[in-house]
Amino acid sequence: MSESMERRRFLRRALAGLGFATIASRALAQDKSPRPEDLADPTIVGRGRERVTLADNDEIAMGVEHRLKCTCPCNLDVFTCRTTDFNCTYSPALHREVLELRKAGKNADQIIQAFVGKYGERILMAPKPAGFNLAGYLVPGLGILGVGGVLAVMLLRRGKNPAATVVGAGSLDGPPVPASADELAALAQALSEVDR
Amino acid sequence: MTLLGQFSLWVALLLGLWAAGMAFVSPWQDRPEFAASAIRSAFGVWVALLVAAVCLWKGLLSHDFNIEYVAAYTSRNLPTSYVFSAFWAGQKGSLLFWAVVLSTFGALAQLTTSRRYEDLLPYVAGVTSLVVVFFISVMLFGGANPFERLPFTPPDGRGLNPQLQNPGMVIHPPMLYLGYISITIPFAFAIAALLSRRLDTGWIHAIRKWTLLSWLFLSVGITLGMWWAYVELGWGGYWAWDPVENASLLPWLTMSAFLHSVMIQEKRGMLKRWNLSLIVASFLLSLFGTFITRSGVIASVHSFTQSNVGFFFAGFLFVAAVVSFTLLYTRWPLLKPEAALESMASREAAFLFNNLVFVGIAFSVLWGTLFPILSEWVRGTKITVGPPFFNRVNVPLGILLLALTGIGPLIAWRKASTANLKRQFRLPIATGLLGGGVLFAMGLHDLYVLVALTIAGFVLGTVAQEFYRGVRARMRMHGESVPMAFVELIAKNRRRYGGYVVHVAMVIYFVAFAGSAFKVTKEATLKPGESTTLKSPFGHTYTFTHLGVSQYTAFNRNVSAASLELALDGKKIDVIRAEKRQHVDSFGQKLFEPSTEVGIRSGLREDVYVVYAGSVSGTEEASFALSINPLVWWVWFAGVLLVIGGLVTMWPGGWAPAPVARRQVQAGFAVTLVESEIGTATGGEG
Repeated sequence: MSESMERRRFLRRALAGLGFATIASRALAQDKSPRPEDLADPTIVGRGRERVTLADNDEIAMGVEHRLKCTCPCNLDVFTCRTTDFNCTYSPALHREVLELRKAGKNADQIIQAFVGKYGERILMAPKPAGFNLAGYLVPGLGILGVGGVLAVMLLRRGKNPAATVVGAGSLDGPPVPASADELAALAQALSEVDR
Repeated sequence: MTLLGQFSLWVALLLGLWAAGMAFVSPWQDRPEFAASAIRSAFGVWVALLVAAVCLWKGLLSHDFNIEYVAAYTSRNLPTSYVFSAFWAGQKGSLLFWAVVLSTFGALAQLTTSRRYEDLLPYVAGVTSLVVVFFISVMLFGGANPFERLPFTPPDGRGLNPQLQNPGMVIHPPMLYLGYISITIPFAFAIAALLSRRLDTGWIHAIRKWTLLSWLFLSVGITLGMWWAYVELGWGGYWAWDPVENASLLPWLTMSAFLHSVMIQEKRGMLKRWNLSLIVASFLLSLFGTFITRSGVIASVHSFTQSNVGFFFAGFLFVAAVVSFTLLYTRWPLLKPEAALESMASREAAFLFNNLVFVGIAFSVLWGTLFPILSEWVRGTKITVGPPFFNRVNVPLGILLLALTGIGPLIAWRKASTANLKRQFRLPIATGLLGGGVLFAMGLHDLYVLVALTIAGFVLGTVAQEFYRGVRARMRMHGESVPMAFVELIAKNRRRYGGYVVHVAMVIYFVAFAGSAFKVTKEATLKPGESTTLKSPFGHTYTFTHLGVSQYTAFNRNVSAASLELALDGKKIDVIRAEKRQHVDSFGQKLFEPSTEVGIRSGLREDVYVVYAGSVSGTEEASFALSINPLVWWVWFAGVLLVIGGLVTMWPGGWAPAPVARRQVQAGFAVTLVESEIGTATGGEG
């Protein structure tokens, strides 16, 4: 092959390479230029979001997430945390776990069981009503019932003891008074309207 | 100014100590001039703390970033209203705010209390001064001095938390503080009554306005807090049973119980011990709330930065409890009731059960709030108790309380006859059952909600019957027109009818709370021009169309605003804007993480609530959390109504307590007294 042929081949290849580089750089430049849908400053919108899928709106998954506590210190349930605190990284991760379990065909209780197995009982927004936790549920109600019961018994006993009963202004069962039937009826009517 | 502020704090501390010392030594030494000195010193404390407050405000407004507190909570570009409210945004400033307000209330109590209770006032000055001294001590010795200086002066401050940059947060914390703080005055009178052994109903009359005032402030503070949580936090709710929310509810519940049970003491001379206990408990619970907020002992989104201030509060809480209950125990025999409960079918019994439920709910909320600590002690695991737990325990109790709201006013004092009960209950029960039946027929089958709404109907029936009979009695006796009789009825017995207005507000609260059971939520990602729909619980369909995201700079923040066109059943009704905000300092440096600003379209029936969660790949394609929240508007309306009812009740001139002895005579059955009874209930002083 002659030297001139070699030179021509070299120049052709060089030109082709240059052309390719120009086109590629233009294409790259096009990629970097702002598209109409781009935000002017995406950094001020916070962390980028994944597209919402049908699974995200699954009612069972949402119900489960309301029963699970986020492991960040917010004290909120997973659903509330991930749809409120968009800087939290824990609740989105827990949400993904819930969706994976749903995808695996688990129902709400099975998902809860799986979470309790993995994270312990503290993952629950309301403790299981068993063992010591029963005290949490029952003590206030039992306390009110107990005190209320004692109070009711005391009052009923007093009611039965005639010595302690004083006929009040609201009662019409008291001893006879020197008044006519009409006067008593008018009195009853007036008292029913004003004396309560 | 910081030097003057520091100096004022020390002056206030010394004057407070002097006031407390003189107040308690005066009766012991029988030296009335000491008592006068105590009262004068209490005024001195107030002036000194006012000077300290002005100094801190001066530092805030002049951007003196050499003051650590100013640098920590403000920046040069923070709007002035928020610079002003930064006074109570942080631990140190809020402690000074607390001390200033308490000393102001203490001074007002001295100025406004009737001379009839003059012998109680030195003790009141002593107790309020002691509490003020405690707060000043926390500032000066607990590492919470708001005038602490930095070794250098930063060019700009760290700014105010974006969630606190909301009009609700300008008003809500002070209102709640005012509620917490004003409880100290009734507590001081209670301690004064115990110390002076003047345990008749006098001290009760002296604190009547104060108890109502603090209950009103707490109510407003709690409702504003709910509003702030709803419009600012972006979770679409207003009550999360957070420990700090619970802490504000606790004294409100015990104060509500007191406002009912005190009527029994005024009318019958009963429940003296109980009323004193409720006042002491309310004060201790207000301290407990402060302890929870500031100690970090229980995790809460509201907590201030953890510090050793919590230990001060725990100690003070313990000492205050021991002293108060010891005093109560030693005066126990002096607090014998002047009458006995006679029947289950009496208003006293209804009020007693109402008190039982109020205190029971308070206990249950306290129990739930402390349960994580209890479970850690017992089982070694911190068990969380969130809204599902609190709802399960408290909703039935709340419904029971609602029922008692309607039952109490229907039963006569002392003992009601069967005929009387039948006559009184007929209409309200019919109203409730009719309302419940209609709702059931309309398809409402949620048991709790149905029961709550039926009872709400019953309570409204009770209130309507009370107003109707009162108006009718006035029309017959005074020949007044309906509007005149209505106005006069309220004006002549403000306490009773103002109370009924508050009851109506409570009914509306319950109905609105029940509405939250029907909230619907959805998440969606939309490109500009795309739409999604959401079905409202009332059967309408809302269509949300994403219009796009605009970005701009405003005040101290860079804003990304997403606009959604809203259509109801296909008809365009509004454009909702939800924002993400990145706050910056005056040099454009980012402060805090980006925050959300909710878009709300509020209506009588339901709210449309939009949260802009963020963008996909930095484009205008945006993720939203959308929800329809039924009946939320009514929560705020109930708050306004409650304030109106409270103000009617408090308004001077409509009511004056009569001595117990006179009331006992009135309660007799002599026909000759009937005229005066009628006059008392409808036209005279009730």
